[in-house]
Amino acid sequence: MKLKNNFKKMALTALVGATLASGAYLIAADHIDAPAVTGKGSDITDFYAFQSPSNSSNLVFVINTQGLLAPSATGAASFDSKVMLEINIDNSATKDSKEDLVIQATFENGKVQVYGPVAPTVTGLQSTLVASAKKVEAPISKYKATALIGESNNMKVFAGPRDDPFFFDLDQYKKILAGTATSFNNPGNDTFKGTNVMSVVIEVPKSLLGTGPINTWVTSNRKK
Amino acid sequence: MKYLSMAVFALLTTLTACNDDKGPQPISMYEQEDQMARPAINTVFVASAEKDMFNTTIPSAQGAAFAAKFNTRLLALNSGYTTNLLGLNSTDFTGVLATDVLTVALDKPTTFYDGTNVLTGRKLNDDVITVELILIFGGPSGSSNPGLTDDNVSSNDKSFIETFPYVAEPF
Repeated sequence: MKLKNNFKKMALTALVGATLASGAYLIAADHIDAPAVTGKGSDITDFYAFQSPSNSSNLVFVINTQGLLAPSATGAASFDSKVMLEINIDNSATKDSKEDLVIQATFENGKVQVYGPVAPTVTGLQSTLVASAKKVEAPISKYKATALIGESNNMKVFAGPRDDPFFFDLDQYKKILAGTATSFNNPGNDTFKGTNVMSVVIEVPKSLLGTGPINTWVTSNRKK
Repeated sequence: MKYLSMAVFALLTTLTACNDDKGPQPISMYEQEDQMARPAINTVFVASAEKDMFNTTIPSAQGAAFAAKFNTRLLALNSGYTTNLLGLNSTDFTGVLATDVLTVALDKPTTFYDGTNVLTGRKLNDDVITVELILIFGGPSGSSNPGLTDDNVSSNDKSFIETFPYVAEPF
């Protein structure tokens, strides 16, 4: 037991030392992760990809942005009409981490418009909208109003405020990093309890994504 | 003459198209600002000064740029790291993490970890933070550093819904 405690103390000493040496490392899926996007419509907080609970032939992508919205601030929150969210899909046999397909979402004129899955015209840090791709769209849902769901080409889309599905005792983790606590509490306290995000949910037939498994990641991109 | 007619036709078509709202629009270029795949990778493993750089490094270039830094960071977080529950030593584990893509199965249950399937996707109710804490602090059996391997928040504050869009209504 003593050995174990000593080990823990050593681990924590190292952990605290690293924190002091390199500045604060905040952890929260991807909430508030980087100065260039903090507070902007392009700030991605979380990315989910799972088999549809209502149709096992479909895959669901959830992209959350603008984390830690208080209920009082949610009604005024909006998507940025200059931002395009892009789901990147590598379905190559070699898994080269390059996008073979993209699904693109824009937020102009009160509508979310989703294009794809389609081969991108440009890859890498630059993107162009593949406007010729199959499309599904919906009005952007308003705070506390009925969720508006668009459906076409066997795809579905929703965009609007939602509860943040992420859960984590971030405050206690920060205390551990700062050296003012040595372990998590039981029960813990969900730092994201009662907060909202601006969420985009897209459901697509798996058959449009190629042969699995796929590797996927999401990017936010600003119109130049 | 034939070519002239074609040119005029093409010009008229172009002019018509320009006046038509459904015609070709100018192509807009977009530039990447943020990026993520697996939860908390940037926030845990990337130093403050490099977070923007990580967000604008394409996945195929992330391994070369960040794997060694992730390894240093992992050993700073857990100086006693040997291997983890996946049997990965620090170099292999951080080598995998540095290329930030989420692997998703198309033919079996999709989950971060459900006791059977590992890293086959990410569901709304997956306790991804506890999985990551176990892989960072839990050692080869997952039982090391028990005070650091579970934040004891195991579910969301609202229930998810069974039908599209699945994510719960806002507070």
